[in-house]
Amino acid sequence: MSIVNFTPWSALAGGALIGLAATGMWWLLGRLAGVSNILGAAMISHGEDFAWRAAFIAGLFLAGLAAFVLFPGHVNFNLEAGYGQVIVAGALVGFGTQIGGGCTSGHGVCGVSRLSARSIAATLLFMGAGMVTVYFWVHNL
Amino acid sequence: MKRAVVAFVCGLVFGAGLIISQMSNPAKVIGFLDITGDWDPSLALVMGGAVAVFGVFYRLALRQGTPLFAPRFALPEKNSLETPLILGALIFGVGWGLGGFCPGPAIVSAAFGDARVWAFVAAMIAGMLVYRLGLRRSQD
Repeated sequence: MSIVNFTPWSALAGGALIGLAATGMWWLLGRLAGVSNILGAAMISHGEDFAWRAAFIAGLFLAGLAAFVLFPGHVNFNLEAGYGQVIVAGALVGFGTQIGGGCTSGHGVCGVSRLSARSIAATLLFMGAGMVTVYFWVHNL
Repeated sequence: MKRAVVAFVCGLVFGAGLIISQMSNPAKVIGFLDITGDWDPSLALVMGGAVAVFGVFYRLALRQGTPLFAPRFALPEKNSLETPLILGALIFGVGWGLGGFCPGPAIVSAAFGDARVWAFVAAMIAGMLVYRLGLRRSQD
């Protein structure tokens, strides 16, 4: 193992912003900023419940669009996987986060902040599973 | 309406955080998961930074009793470790490692114009729908 591409300051600054966004959702709306739950439940919700969920997702997308349009040279994006691989990956992420009740934001950020045993366990498990997957996919296939 | 505006602004800030920390770049996420190769620990600091901020404000907000624009704090109901949690986290982790995307960054980088991200998001939504419309309903 060797450490490469480590960007500690932008990681901490970006992380703090994510924490701030989670704080806004919690303090103002009483909601945890778990993206997979906000998106997953949006599909079966109506009225005002649907509106805030859709608005949060729209904000995420528009942040990406604004960065892409305003700072095109500064948005790094490198994806090696082809269509087949991303489709399998997407299906697993979609299904897994719904059964497991959360993703990197809901379990990883919000749940760990709350010291929820469920979320800490889930975070260790999905990180472990991700590491094992990358190990076999990158190094042995 | 007010709640939707708040959620929209929070989504924008959340997305900005993902972009600044480069979590919207799948190569950066794969770099973190590749612990036996060329390891990039950045993702751990992203989570650390977010937890440091939310860990404090989560508790300060709870002390207030109620959120500003909602009647109560909505907390997850379950407290126990069970099979769906473990299975779901493992399935999610495999997908995360294969693609380098979790749900938030996928939605953010869908704006970057690469059609493979749209394919990922479409498959992710399909996977969510299978659960929401199928499995969960049969449990109720």
